[in-house]
Amino acid sequence: MKSLTKLSLPGMGVMAALMLPLAAPANADELRWGASRDMDSLDPYSYGSTFTISTLNHAYEGLVRYDDQLKIEPALATSWEDISPTVRRFHLRKGVKFHDGAPFTADDVIASLTRVSDPKSPLRGNLPAYQGAEKIDDYTVDIKVTENYPLILNDLTNIFIFDKEWLVANNATAPTDVGAGVEGYATTHANGTGPFKVVSRKPDVETVFEVNKDWWDKPRHNIDRIVFTPIASPATAVAALLSGQIDYMEKAPLQDIPRLKQTEGVQVLASNELRTVFFLFNRAEKLVADGAKNPFNDIKVREALYRAIDIDVLQKKVMRGLSRNTGSMVAPAIPGYVTDLDERLGHDPEKAKALLAEAGYPDGFSFTMVCDNNVYVNEEEICQAVSAMWARIGLKPSLDTAPTSIQTVKFESGKFDVGILGWANEPMIDSYSILVQVAHSKTGTSGVFNWGGWKDAEVDQLIDAAAKELDREKRLALQSKALLKLKSNVDFLPLHQQPMAWALGPKVKSVVQLSDNKSRHWLTVLK
Amino acid sequence: MISMVIKRIGNAAAVMLAVAFVAFMIFQFLGDPVQLMLNEQATQAERDALRERLGLGQSFVMQFVTFVTRAMQGDFGISYRNQQEVMSLIAERFPATLELVLVSTVIALCVGIPLGVYAAIRKGSPIARLLTMFSMIGVSIPSFVIGILLILVFAVQLNWLPAFGRGDVVKFGWWSTGLLTPSGRRALIMPAASLAMFQISFIMRLVTAEMLEALRTDYVKFARARGLPNRLVHFRHALRNCLMPVVTMTGMMIGDLIAFALVTETVFQWPGMGQLFVQAVMFIDIPVMAAYLMIVSAIFVTINTIVDLTYLWVDPRLRQAGVARGYHAH
Amino acid sequence: MHIDEAGRAGRLAEWRRRLSDAWDSDLAYSFRATPMAVASALVLLIVALTAFLAPLIAVQNPYDLTQLFLDQAELPPIWNEGGASPYLLGTDVQGRDVLSAILYGSRISLLIGFASVIASMAIGIAVGLICGFAGGHVDNLLMRVGDFVLSIPTLLVAILVSAVFRELLPVNLRDAFAPVILTASIAITSWVQYARIVRASAMVEARKEYVLAARILEVRTPRILLTHILPNVMTPVLVTATLSLGLAILAEATLSFLGVGMPVTQPSLGTLIRIGNQYFFSGSWWVVLFPAFQLGLIILAVNLLGDWLRDALNPKLQ
Repeated sequence: MKSLTKLSLPGMGVMAALMLPLAAPANADELRWGASRDMDSLDPYSYGSTFTISTLNHAYEGLVRYDDQLKIEPALATSWEDISPTVRRFHLRKGVKFHDGAPFTADDVIASLTRVSDPKSPLRGNLPAYQGAEKIDDYTVDIKVTENYPLILNDLTNIFIFDKEWLVANNATAPTDVGAGVEGYATTHANGTGPFKVVSRKPDVETVFEVNKDWWDKPRHNIDRIVFTPIASPATAVAALLSGQIDYMEKAPLQDIPRLKQTEGVQVLASNELRTVFFLFNRAEKLVADGAKNPFNDIKVREALYRAIDIDVLQKKVMRGLSRNTGSMVAPAIPGYVTDLDERLGHDPEKAKALLAEAGYPDGFSFTMVCDNNVYVNEEEICQAVSAMWARIGLKPSLDTAPTSIQTVKFESGKFDVGILGWANEPMIDSYSILVQVAHSKTGTSGVFNWGGWKDAEVDQLIDAAAKELDREKRLALQSKALLKLKSNVDFLPLHQQPMAWALGPKVKSVVQLSDNKSRHWLTVLK
Repeated sequence: MISMVIKRIGNAAAVMLAVAFVAFMIFQFLGDPVQLMLNEQATQAERDALRERLGLGQSFVMQFVTFVTRAMQGDFGISYRNQQEVMSLIAERFPATLELVLVSTVIALCVGIPLGVYAAIRKGSPIARLLTMFSMIGVSIPSFVIGILLILVFAVQLNWLPAFGRGDVVKFGWWSTGLLTPSGRRALIMPAASLAMFQISFIMRLVTAEMLEALRTDYVKFARARGLPNRLVHFRHALRNCLMPVVTMTGMMIGDLIAFALVTETVFQWPGMGQLFVQAVMFIDIPVMAAYLMIVSAIFVTINTIVDLTYLWVDPRLRQAGVARGYHAH
Repeated sequence: MHIDEAGRAGRLAEWRRRLSDAWDSDLAYSFRATPMAVASALVLLIVALTAFLAPLIAVQNPYDLTQLFLDQAELPPIWNEGGASPYLLGTDVQGRDVLSAILYGSRISLLIGFASVIASMAIGIAVGLICGFAGGHVDNLLMRVGDFVLSIPTLLVAILVSAVFRELLPVNLRDAFAPVILTASIAITSWVQYARIVRASAMVEARKEYVLAARILEVRTPRILLTHILPNVMTPVLVTATLSLGLAILAEATLSFLGVGMPVTQPSLGTLIRIGNQYFFSGSWWVVLFPAFQLGLIILAVNLLGDWLRDALNPKLQ
C-alpha cells in the first residue's frame, strides 16, 4: 500500500503540516477592531448612521467635538460668538493640515457645509436649522441659522470637514449622485484632518487606518494602525477576541460577557448607553395587516400592549440583566429628562386583556410588527419575546425582521403597524432631538422620523416654542412638559436604555467609553 | 466537427442570454431601488428625478438591452449597499472563492482517489466498509454543521486556527492569494476541509464504482491471466481508465462548488463572492445579486461547454450528432 | 357460502397471495438481507412517526407564541445542572423546548423534502412524456429550458427563488407560505433529471407498434402515456427520487440556515441550527447539537436507503 499512502499524504499533509499553533505575531502598536458591522461608506455625508459617522471620526473632524464629559469643546474651530440671533461666527484653528498636506482654511468649511446642505445630500436632516454660510476671511466663517436656534454647536459635532481642493480635484463637490450611476470618490477615499488616515478600504472585509503624525492635537493614544474588520457573527468575533485575533469589540454579545470577563487579560466595559429603545404605532386610519380599522388609535389598546410587556423577564433573560428598564423616552443624562418620566406602567396581563375587551377587541386582532435585526442590541430577540407576550393576551402579531436598510423603507412609507426605534439624541445630547425629529408632527423640517403619523397639537406647540427659547432653563421645562404629555398619551412604549458592552483584548490598556457608545481610539492606550 | 463546436458555443450564448433575462426579470419585481438609494428625507420630486435617471421609466425592452450591453462590458452598476462598482467588488472577492474551491478540490482528490481505490480493491474488508460508511456520513452531514463544529474545536477550544477571515494575503496586481503567508494558509485549512468533505465522499464513491467496473472488464482479466502483478493491473490499467471520468466530473463540479462555497464562506466569514451574494440577498442589493448570478452562471456554462468540447475531441464515438447529449450526470 | 362471502374470501386470499409474493420478491429479499437498509428504514420510520405525531407527544408547540415562556429560556438539558422538566433537551433563548422543536422541525423538514421530490418528479415526468411523445419543436424547447435550469447552480436558484417569493408576498402571508415557497424553489431546480430519463424511454416507446395500434383505435393520448409508457420508466425514476430525497432535505436545511428558508416562527432543523449558532460558542451547545444530530441522522438514513434501492434495482448488479 505504499503507493496509496504516497498519494494521500499530500492531501493529509497539506492539512496536517500547517496546523501550527496560533502564534500570530501582530504588530505591537496595531489595534485590531472586530466591528459588529461595516461602515456604510467612507463618506461621512452618506446614510447618516451614527456608527459610520463615529467611526469616520477617526479620519475626519468637525468644527467642534465632545470631550470626555460629553461637553462641547473646540476642534477645528477655536472659538465662536453670536453676531446676531441668526448668525454665529466661528474662528478657525490655524496650522491644521489635511492628510494630503493641504492646509485647512475657511474655504474648506464653506465647501463642506455647501456639500452637506445640498438638496441631494443624505445628511441634510442633521442640520435642520442651517440657512447658509459666509467666509469672512481665511480663518473666520459666519454660519446662519433659523432665529434663536440654540443647538447649532451640537449639530456641528457630526458635520465633518472636507478639503475643498480635494473635493474639486475629484469631482466630489456635490454629494454622491448614486442615481447617475457614478461612484462618488468620497465613498472609497478619505482625506480628513483627523488623528488617523485611511490607507486601505475593502468593503465588508477590512479598512485600515494609520496614525496621522501631523495631527494638530496632542495624541493621548499610542496606536500606529487600526485594522477595522467587520465580523458578521458575534460568536465568531468573541472567538477571535479570545484567541487573540482581534483586540477590540464595540458590541460584545451579552451572552458572552460572563465568559469574557472570566478570561484572563480580557476587559469588559459594560454599562448603559444613551439610546432608549421603544415601540411605536402607526396611527393611520387602517391597519396595514388587513385593512381593518386601526385599533392603535385607541389609547386603551396602546395601554394594553404596554401592560402586556413583562420588562423584568425581558431584562433578565434577553438583555442578561444589563439593560436599564425605563418608562422614559430619553435617558437620565439627557437634558429635559425628569424623574417622573421614568415610571413604567406595570406588567399586568389581566388588566391588558380587560382593556382590550373594553376597547372592543375581546378576541384580539392581527397586526404586523416590523423590527430590524442588526441595529439595537438583541433587537431580534426583544421583538420575538415581546410578540410572544402580546400573543398571550390574545393578539396576533406577525413579526417581520430584516436588516435595517430594508426595514427603514417600510418605516418611512408607513408599511407597518407596530415598529421599533432606538433614539440616543445624538449628536445634540438634548431631548430637543427626539422631540423635533420623532414626536413632532410632520411639518417642514420637523417630524422626519414621525413614521406613524402621530400628532398632538399641544406637544407640537411646546416643541416649536422650545426652538425659539434662548433661556436654557425655560427651554428644558418646555421640553419636559412635552415629554410628559407624550407619556400620558401612551404614544410610545419605552423599554429600556440599552446596554453597551465593549470587550478589550490583553493588548489594550485603556479606552474611554462615554454614554454615547462611540469608539474614540484617539484616546485608547495600548500596552 | 466545426459545426458541433459552433453549435455548442451558440447554445452556451443562448443560455447566458436567458440567464440575463431571468436576472433582469426577477429584479424588476424586487423592491424599489429608489427607496434603497435615497435617504429618509428625500422628497417625492427627488424620488421621481432619481427614477428618471436610473432609466426606470423606459420601456422594458430598452431597459433589458441596456442591461445586457452593460453587463457584457463588465458594468453591473453600483451596489446599493456599499455605493461601489459591483464589478470591482466581485473582482476583489473572486480570488478568495477560487482559491478556496481549488484548494479544497485538490485536497478532495488527493484524499478521495486513494481511499476510493482502496475501497474498490479491498472490497468487503472491514476497513473498506468503514471508509464507505464514513463517506456516507460525509455526504449526509450538512457542510455548515461540519464548519461550525470545526470552528468550535479548532478555533474556540484549541485556539489552533483562526475563527474567521483569510489571514494575510499577497497581492499580484488584481489577484490575491493566501497561500504565500503562514496566516493565510492557516486560515484556509478549515474552510477548505469542510468544503472538501462532501467532495471526498462523492469522489470516493465515484472512484470505487469506476474501479469496480474497470476491474470487471475483459482487458483486466486478460492482464491478470497474463500473470501481471496486481499493482500493475490496478494502477497502470484499471486506475488510468477510471481517472478520466473522475477528473472531468470534478472539473464540472468546480462550477457547482463555486456556488456551493457560499455556505462555507458564510460560516467562516471567508471574504469571497458567495459571502457577498448572501449579504446582497439579505440587504436586497439588486445589482450585486444580478451580477453574481450572471458571473457564476457564465463560469458554469463555460466549464460545461469546455468539458463537452473536450469529450467531443477525445472520444470519436461521440462526434455523431445528438449522441453526446445527456452525458451530464448532475 | 353466500356469494358476497365467497367474493370477500376470494379477495382476502388474493391479498394474502400478493403480500407473500411481495415478501418473497427479489426486492424484499434484498432488503431483509441488507442490515443497513433495515436499520435505516427503522430509523426513518421512528423519526417520521415521532415527527408526525408531534402535536400529541411534544410537550410544547414551538410554533405557538403563547406557549413560549421567556423565564424558561436557555435552560440546559435535564441531566445538566439548571435543567428543568419537562424540557428534556433544554430550551433555546426564547423558551422553545429543544426536543419539541426538533420533532416539529423534523416534520417540516421531511414534509418539504418529500413534497419537493414529488413535485419535481411530477414536473419532470410530465415534461419528459410530452417531449418524448410530441418530439419536434416542443421537445427542443423544453429540453432547452432544462439545459438552462441546469446551467445555473442549484443552490443559487433556490436562494433566489426563495428570496424573490418572500419579497413579493405581503408580510403576514410570508410565514404561512414559506413551506410552499421552499418546496417550489427546490423542485424547480431538480426536475430535469426525471425529464431526461422519462424522455429517453418515452421516445423509444412512442415508436413502438402497440402505441401506433392504440392511436389507430383512437385511445386518447394521456391514457397511452399513463398506462403504457409510464410503468416502464418508473424504476429509474424511483431510484433517482430516493437518491434526491437526501439532497432535497439537505437543500432545505441549507436554505433555512442561510436565512431564506423556514422562518423562526416555524423553525425547521436548519433554522434551529442557525438560531442556536449565535449561542453555541457561549456555552448553550444543546440548541445546535441536537438538531444537527437529528438532521444528520435523517439524511444519512435516507441516503443509505437510497443507495440500497439503487443497488437492488440495478440490472447490472443482479
